[in-house]
Amino acid sequence: MMPELLAQFAQMALVLLLAPLLTGFVRKVKARLLRRRGASLLQPYRDLLRLLRKEVVLAENASWLFRAAPYLIFAATWVAAALVPTFATGLLYSWTADLIAIIALLGSARFLLALAGMDIGTSFGGIGSSREVMIASLAEPAMLLVAFTVALVAGSTQLSTVADFMNSPDVGLRVSLGMALVALVMVAIAENARIPVDNPATHLELTMVHEAMVLEYSGRHLAMIEFASFLKLLLYMSLIACLFTPWGLAPPDAGPAAFAIGAAAWFGKLAVAGTLLALFETAIAKMRVFRVPEFLGAALMLGLLAVLLKFVSRSL
Amino acid sequence: MIPGIVLLLAGVAVLLATALPGIALGGRAAGRRLVYGITLVVCAAMSATALAHLLEPAAAPATAWLPLGLPWQGAHFRLDALSAYFAFVIGLGGAAASLFALGYGRHESEPKRVLPFYPLFLAGMNLVVLADDAFSFLLSWEFMSLSSWALVMAHHQERDNARAGYVYLVMASFGTLALLLAFGLLAAAGGDYTFDGMRATAHAPAGAFLVLVLVLLGAGSKAGIVPLHAWLPLAHPAAPSHVSALMSGVMTKVAVYGFIRVVFELLGEPQWWSGFLVLLAGGATAVLGVLYALMQHDLKRLLAYHTVENIGIIFIGLGLALAFDANGLPAAAALALTAALFHVFNHSVFKSLLFFGAGAVLAATGERDMERLGGLIHRMPKTAFAFLIGCGAISALPPLNGFVSEWLTFQAILQSPELPQWALKIMVPAVGGMLALSAALAAACFVKAFGISFLGRPRSDAARDARDTDGFSLSAMFALAALCLAAGILPGFVIDALAPAMQALLGERMPLQVGVNWLSIVPVAAGRSSYNGWLVFAFIALSASLAVVVTHRFASRARRRAPAWDCGTPDPDPATQYTAGSFAQPIRRVFGTWIFAAREQVEMPPPGSTAPARHAGVVRDLLWDWLYAPVAGAVSFAAEKLNVLQFLTIRRYLSLVFLALVTLLLVLAIWP
Repeated sequence: MMPELLAQFAQMALVLLLAPLLTGFVRKVKARLLRRRGASLLQPYRDLLRLLRKEVVLAENASWLFRAAPYLIFAATWVAAALVPTFATGLLYSWTADLIAIIALLGSARFLLALAGMDIGTSFGGIGSSREVMIASLAEPAMLLVAFTVALVAGSTQLSTVADFMNSPDVGLRVSLGMALVALVMVAIAENARIPVDNPATHLELTMVHEAMVLEYSGRHLAMIEFASFLKLLLYMSLIACLFTPWGLAPPDAGPAAFAIGAAAWFGKLAVAGTLLALFETAIAKMRVFRVPEFLGAALMLGLLAVLLKFVSRSL
Repeated sequence: MIPGIVLLLAGVAVLLATALPGIALGGRAAGRRLVYGITLVVCAAMSATALAHLLEPAAAPATAWLPLGLPWQGAHFRLDALSAYFAFVIGLGGAAASLFALGYGRHESEPKRVLPFYPLFLAGMNLVVLADDAFSFLLSWEFMSLSSWALVMAHHQERDNARAGYVYLVMASFGTLALLLAFGLLAAAGGDYTFDGMRATAHAPAGAFLVLVLVLLGAGSKAGIVPLHAWLPLAHPAAPSHVSALMSGVMTKVAVYGFIRVVFELLGEPQWWSGFLVLLAGGATAVLGVLYALMQHDLKRLLAYHTVENIGIIFIGLGLALAFDANGLPAAAALALTAALFHVFNHSVFKSLLFFGAGAVLAATGERDMERLGGLIHRMPKTAFAFLIGCGAISALPPLNGFVSEWLTFQAILQSPELPQWALKIMVPAVGGMLALSAALAAACFVKAFGISFLGRPRSDAARDARDTDGFSLSAMFALAALCLAAGILPGFVIDALAPAMQALLGERMPLQVGVNWLSIVPVAAGRSSYNGWLVFAFIALSASLAVVVTHRFASRARRRAPAWDCGTPDPDPATQYTAGSFAQPIRRVFGTWIFAAREQVEMPPPGSTAPARHAGVVRDLLWDWLYAPVAGAVSFAAEKLNVLQFLTIRRYLSLVFLALVTLLLVLAIWP
């Protein structure tokens, strides 16, 4: 019981510790690609600390929901991130929630964030929330269809079981998994407010989605929300890694050596995924808001096609 | 010990008798307290009785016979696991609505039109689930329809309510007609109108197909299956809010009961195409219902359209169960049917809660139009909190209850590659996609509903001066909110309670959940999928508290109030906020351009003119235009043509009678 509990807590602490680093890494690579020197890898930690120490400036008509939402968003995202296998499968509480529940947990966080954006009653908050739910209304079903596909391939919605299955030799190359991977990457880009769907660095009001919702936040509240979005990026990258590149994941009853290998493999995967994201973001321009439905509609159709293939044939 | 069926029938009798004080004391406060007090106690007792019957191990179906109705037949009643479950849902919804109405009824302008019919409506719904022969079933069904129609017409002088009542009456008659024909076909084989007789006879596939279609039309029109939903968003909001809650939360479930009773039990072995038809209807209903809801700005009408969506989710579960059952996969069928019945309970709880919230807002502000609300979280904090829980539950957010039943439905969908028929193999993934889409759109819709009504700044004087509602109403809302959480974090108990109904209908049940470690739910096998509601809840609560404690203890706890930032250009006018229409605009543009023929019309005055520029969003209900308007047109055309018959001479009438007689005799002579 004890070592398993420790492994579970280690994962919870690790995702928390690594999430800002991953964002810092992506920013650094992007800056280097633009031939800038870029801020230090540790800058996100410094930003978080700076925000945490500042006082909160609340809008005059902010309600309790506005103040409670950052902590709940952070908590829901953290729990979701802690349930995705990162360096090991079959952690103590891995059966608490399967992939569908993890998607729904992220949905809860988004629901609260969209409400918080509307609490002050400013037009920018409304524009952000309205666009966010439009994007989510296409991204979430696409994500669920991806979940269906991997669940049909692996015969389980439990991420640990799926990862174990994907690690086994009987997976092979499958068309449906390829489609699911493409769809999942598109969803991940949209859900993390990355280019071309949204621009995490923008402060041009009319193009903002995520930033518009959190415009009224300051101090520790903003820190919590920023932290949650760092965690979300880490979660999606770990999820893609555990579903499609589960190599090196430690099995349930492994020793410290296997855990170390798993952790090293995880760091490597995150580095590769972060570099790819930075490359992609540098090479592409942001699209207009009403092009986003086409982008996500493609993800939805890919997901649907992948599920359909699984229904039609077991081997595809 | 008195059998449950007798207690329930006695409860129905008390409810029927309660109409009398409703008539006598309708205008007085004492009458209100008396009627709602009695219905509260009786409904709570009936709910408890039904629950006791459901939970009793190996309880045999209890029957009763009363010398009422047709002289040679009487009225048969029966309490088995299925009807006990639905009687529990009705009792719970009735008790909550009565508790709410104890406070809310004070705002009623026409109590004499509400109090007599309210207990009758409750009695009617209970009688439907207890009836055990076609005659009593149809009679109770019609009684339920008419008493609810009277409640819809309580405020008949308000704009649009008379039309709502008219459309409801037409659709209810149509539904009963379809059910009447369905029972006629069912009874034709054995010549027996009791359900026992129908169970005992086998039905030919062609007849079974007709019965299925007729029940889908009859029960489906009451439940709100697209395209038979047209009356529902008109009639449900027109009634007083506690009645809206009963109609949306409970009466639609009675319709679901009627469907299950006929299709799963009386019709015998299902065929795979019945699953296909029901899945098609359910999927279309779920997506269209939520899209319609997104286009609404009237809070109660939005909720009514959401009922359509949730009925779609329930019918998806029922369709899957039929498909599995027809293909000899009883375990998967039990999972799908459990998901559907779990959603029946969940929807009745959170939809009642949301309608209560809408009623409290209506009583406090006199407004149903969300464009004139806003900022109510400050004025009505308790109502806002309960309403928020309801919004989360209906949006299927963990750890609340709506998520669990949708999760179970998804698990059932993942069982379906086993199905051999190609039509189902293509249908089921499409339905899975529709279910996922409707879940995401529901969340968007309730961000809109809560965000526009309760958050932001007040958009009218009424919203600015609102006061929180009374203790009775609040306790009803909080009791339901607590149930939303309880059923969400401990779903295993609900699944186990449903097991006897599964056993009776399918001969198979879901695995026992109570013994699973840590009170998780495991629908099929531990390696396949599991979900633990209370651990998710505990983890979120712990991490959120941890975050609060750490930030306040080690970082900063300073706080300052200041004007809103709004990128440096805050505008004090509440009209600068996003409205319900503008919030839904992106989704309207993405989904609505062909479903609703949504257009945006911009009228720009010519240069130099001082006339205002106009921008209007136009949404049309194409189903109404293409289905209902032509039918209504055809009916009035035929009526106009037949009008000639009113002005004939006596000679022509006599010859018409003669012709009719000859024709009928000819038919008789030729009939094989």
